[in-house]
Amino acid sequence: MTEIRGIYTLWLREVKRYLRDRTRIVSSFFQPLLWLVIFGSGMRISESISGLSYQQYIFPGIIGQTLLFTSMFMGISVIWDREFGFLKEILVAPISRFSIFLGKMFGDSTDAVIQGIIVFLLGTLLGVRLDIIMFLESLPVMLLITFGLVGIGLTVASFIESLESFGVIQSFINLPLFFLSGALFPVRGESVPSWLQIVSNFNPLTYGVDALRTIILGEAWQPLYPLYYDLLVVGGFAVIMILIGTLAFSRRR
Amino acid sequence: MIVRKRLTLAKHAEYAFLLFRTIIAPLLNFSESFSNQPHSTSFRIRKGAKYFSDCNLVALSNYDQNSKVKQMSNAIETSDLTRRFNGFVAVDKLNIAVEHQEVFGLLGPNGAGKTTTISMLCTILKPTSGTAKVNGFDIVKQATQVRKSIGIVFQDPSIDDRLTGRENLFMHANLYGVPQSEQKTRIDEVLKLVELEDRADSILRTYSGGMRRRLEIARGLIHYPKVLFLDEPTIGLDPQTREHIWTYIKELRKAHDITMVLTTHYMEEADRLSDRIAIMDYGKIVALDTSPKLKETLEGDVITVKTKDAERFASILEGKVATKKIRIVEGSIEITVQDGKALLPRIVETAAQNNIYVDSVALREPNLEDVFLHYTGHAIRAESGDELHGLSAIRRRAIK
Repeated sequence: MTEIRGIYTLWLREVKRYLRDRTRIVSSFFQPLLWLVIFGSGMRISESISGLSYQQYIFPGIIGQTLLFTSMFMGISVIWDREFGFLKEILVAPISRFSIFLGKMFGDSTDAVIQGIIVFLLGTLLGVRLDIIMFLESLPVMLLITFGLVGIGLTVASFIESLESFGVIQSFINLPLFFLSGALFPVRGESVPSWLQIVSNFNPLTYGVDALRTIILGEAWQPLYPLYYDLLVVGGFAVIMILIGTLAFSRRR
Repeated sequence: MIVRKRLTLAKHAEYAFLLFRTIIAPLLNFSESFSNQPHSTSFRIRKGAKYFSDCNLVALSNYDQNSKVKQMSNAIETSDLTRRFNGFVAVDKLNIAVEHQEVFGLLGPNGAGKTTTISMLCTILKPTSGTAKVNGFDIVKQATQVRKSIGIVFQDPSIDDRLTGRENLFMHANLYGVPQSEQKTRIDEVLKLVELEDRADSILRTYSGGMRRRLEIARGLIHYPKVLFLDEPTIGLDPQTREHIWTYIKELRKAHDITMVLTTHYMEEADRLSDRIAIMDYGKIVALDTSPKLKETLEGDVITVKTKDAERFASILEGKVATKKIRIVEGSIEITVQDGKALLPRIVETAAQNNIYVDSVALREPNLEDVFLHYTGHAIRAESGDELHGLSAIRRRAIK
């Protein structure tokens, strides 16, 4: 019971910190907007993908991208806490490292999903059909996607000493995951080089984006995998990252 | 296809329900528990003794038979506690015993191994060899129980400055498993103790350094720790705030069933707060006793008499006063005696009887600083030359 209270407390802290940071919320509009409006319009010249307009096609991908970037960025909270000493207060508390990791992960995931929701609402302004059922369906999927991604961010951050080097390493991870996920272009099909197909197989975000497309685009989208399969892969990845992350948090000097 | 769609819909509905239960419901709940304003009792200035004795009753009744037995033993016992950093010995076979309800001062220069010692006792650092017991629990094998029995005020700030004071305290109470029904009362108690009731609901960023420190002390007390570690509690604070915090610490020890370990490099702080003081240098304890006894081990008080007839007066005093040492320094007589206050009038009398004109008389009692220099000076000479001293001092500073 103490452990659950501990997880809840750490979750609450992350969410409160996020909700109080107005600049972060406002600025979170900006990047997806660029992708959707400028990139989406500019790339309109490309042939339509399975009967969808390009903007429709990348919309779920941009949600995936937002989840990815935000989740990875959240890893910074570990470095931040260490820098400002707060990490010590958590680490000497009588709760397990597993719970500490889970609490932070749930908190950061919640923040990332809030960002995802913002993009979702942005999309409707840009003319993407919003269906309340579809919206509610995609929420748990978004959450599941962020677990594993936040797990990467927290694990990496726990090994890194400074904010600066985290920024560099973050983009090393972010961009390959993003480009190889099928968020911006198909990673399956005859015209796709086979190395790209193979590499994207090992990218958890490929399955996440596919799941989001299956839900958001509905019948118009021909899924790469059945939804349950996507969710199994994404969920399995989350479990692995939780285990690795707990180990990373358990290192004691 | 249709069947699959329905199945996933049911799944999603389940997800949505879970999501509601885990995220939205607690959100509603927390806004309720955090919007509680401090009670109107904040008018009554009632700090220290009385209500803390109430707390003791609660705290004691919460502890089982087991810990009552443990009351008999020492609060902290270390056995050959050692920590090395890449071959450099930060703490060297430390053997100390801290008694129950004692304020134990750990005094030493920067890099003496104080914080390393505390970190090991708090289970943040693993000892390289040896071990210690805190509140009867082994710091290596029973880390969780140790953590439950201790409170820590770290040397560096360790509070979340984007949350309010009260939120920080609530968070701590939850992390340490304080029953929810008691959290509010306990938080009000500790806020009252450190006189922060009025500012409890402000974001921490608006607090001054001293207020943050007070909040950290308050936080360390919420879960009724058996042992409270104060690592340089007043470092970097102005004299007035320092005085304030000393008052809290003294009040605590008067009224609370608590053992305190205090590290500091301020002599005055150790002197005023501690029952016993351990002087630490190079990872070792070089002296350990009460402050008066430590001072006694020095030669004693020094009386300085300034007179033109220094030589003659010195020879007169030689036979008359029970002194350890008389010497003439820069034309003044320096007399080292056991009890300077009692002897001072006799010396002046003797001067008058012998028609010696005394310009001035000064009495200096040895302070902890003298003790400190006395012991650490020895330690340096005993260990190695000055050169190595400088080098290892640099290495020490690099280790955190």
